[in-house]
Amino acid sequence: MTAPRSVRAGSAMVEFDGVGLRYTPEAEVLSDVSFALQPGSFYFLTGPSGAGKTSLLKMLYLAQKPSRGIVRIFGEDLVAMPRHRLPGFRRRIGVVFQDFRLIPHLSTRDNIALPLRIAGVAEADLAGPVDEMLSWIGLQERAEAFPATLSGGEQQRVAIARAVIARPQLLVADEPTGNVDPDMAIRLLGLFEALNRLGTTVVVATHDLHLISQVEKAQMMRLEKGRLSDPTGVLRFPPTSG
Amino acid sequence: MVTRMAMLLPHIPTHQRRLLPDRRLSGPTPWIIAILMMLTLLSAATGLALSQSANQLGEAIAGRVTVQITTANPAKRAEQAHIFQQQAAKTPFVLHSRMVAPSELQATLGQWFGSEGEADPALKALPLPALVDLDLAEGDRSAQLAQLGKLVHGIADNARIIAHAEWLGPVERLIRSLTWVSVLMVVLITAASAAVVIMTARAALNTHFATIEMLHMIGATDQQISRLFQHRIAIDTAYGIALGSVGAALILLVIRWQWSGISSGLASTATIGAGGWLLLLALPLLAIALAAVTARQTLLAALKKMI
Repeated sequence: MTAPRSVRAGSAMVEFDGVGLRYTPEAEVLSDVSFALQPGSFYFLTGPSGAGKTSLLKMLYLAQKPSRGIVRIFGEDLVAMPRHRLPGFRRRIGVVFQDFRLIPHLSTRDNIALPLRIAGVAEADLAGPVDEMLSWIGLQERAEAFPATLSGGEQQRVAIARAVIARPQLLVADEPTGNVDPDMAIRLLGLFEALNRLGTTVVVATHDLHLISQVEKAQMMRLEKGRLSDPTGVLRFPPTSG
Repeated sequence: MVTRMAMLLPHIPTHQRRLLPDRRLSGPTPWIIAILMMLTLLSAATGLALSQSANQLGEAIAGRVTVQITTANPAKRAEQAHIFQQQAAKTPFVLHSRMVAPSELQATLGQWFGSEGEADPALKALPLPALVDLDLAEGDRSAQLAQLGKLVHGIADNARIIAHAEWLGPVERLIRSLTWVSVLMVVLITAASAAVVIMTARAALNTHFATIEMLHMIGATDQQISRLFQHRIAIDTAYGIALGSVGAALILLVIRWQWSGISSGLASTATIGAGGWLLLLALPLLAIALAAVTARQTLLAALKKMI
């Protein structure tokens, strides 16, 4: 692993520069992590359990600030960003959790509509996008069902629909196929690819190598013991346009 | 004003209210608030009545003195009292003077002796002093009393001047102290109520932490999240406040009904008055506002600790 170097300033959607993260005074969970994510790209984040994947993703979806280093999201420094500006940035990021995190007392329809309601979209304007999402994930028949009555695969599809309904610029998914069977995993990956084709940058954390092999254009980041390996250098020194 | 009220008791559309599961009145908060509100109102009512009593007593005794003439000969005693009353009435700082009729004294003593009016020969045989009540204008009380002493001793050298403030003053001070105890109780119970709201808000945040985290992650602002909880807590506390107020009102009405039968003595001065009733009516509204502000500040402070 080479010493961390500053990422090239440019049009990157996300830039990490010499980022370290520690939860306790002991060892760092992440050390000297530097990379840049380009708009419209597809990334897999891999690594063994405990390597720091979830911690890295938390910083990507603005749930965690680094202990040191610089994190720029959409060109803004996350560390220096005043707290009141975070919601505006979070609305540009969709998040899919391994454990779905659906709100149990809301129906499928209401769970999917949640980001739009939070963004202040009028009730009259919700039906169209929500129905479109329900159709996209194939759950029109379960629109009024509550999460407890849905299968794992159905819950994950609802979680994905909720993450993408507001058309995020960045989609972050933490082990999205960890709780579903292989066929469903392939179907879910198809949803991510479809979204990526529409221009959304996608970052999927997984250790499912079969899944990774399904997306040809995807780039891979590998975390080991809190350090990022980038054998091709494409993450830290991406090709510039022109 | 409207904006401020909306901040305290925000309107939340039904679909957003559903973000929190419905569990209205299922927790202990409304009941605790009801008990505390009832105690607050009863303490406030007690304080108002005591304050009114202390004020009336204070006004009554502030400038009141009684001159007691104890000359043994009844005819001479009455004559001395009459002369003193005439001369005292001409003194500039004496606002009002009155001879206390012997029948009035006998009627008072008759209550203790078990006699009825002036018919009791034993009561008539008592050597009662002649009393002259004087109301003095505001001024140097010591100088006034000295001047009165000089005047009365020139007429009857064994006369005594009794300033009511000297012997009823401690009672007035005691009543005022009890008033302050009531005020202190209102403040402490209000603080306890605020603490209950704070604990309720924190408990609600802990219970719904996963939902809050999710709402944050999809871009909800602290204000949006706090409004949800603030609305819920405001409704819970409003139920408690309404319940406690009704309980206190019933108790106060019963006491007022019993009080209406008392027409003499210190007790009759312990009334609440129109202003007091207005204050008691305003207290529940103030309590709702306090609960809403406390909940809002607690929630925003707790949410700020999250990234």
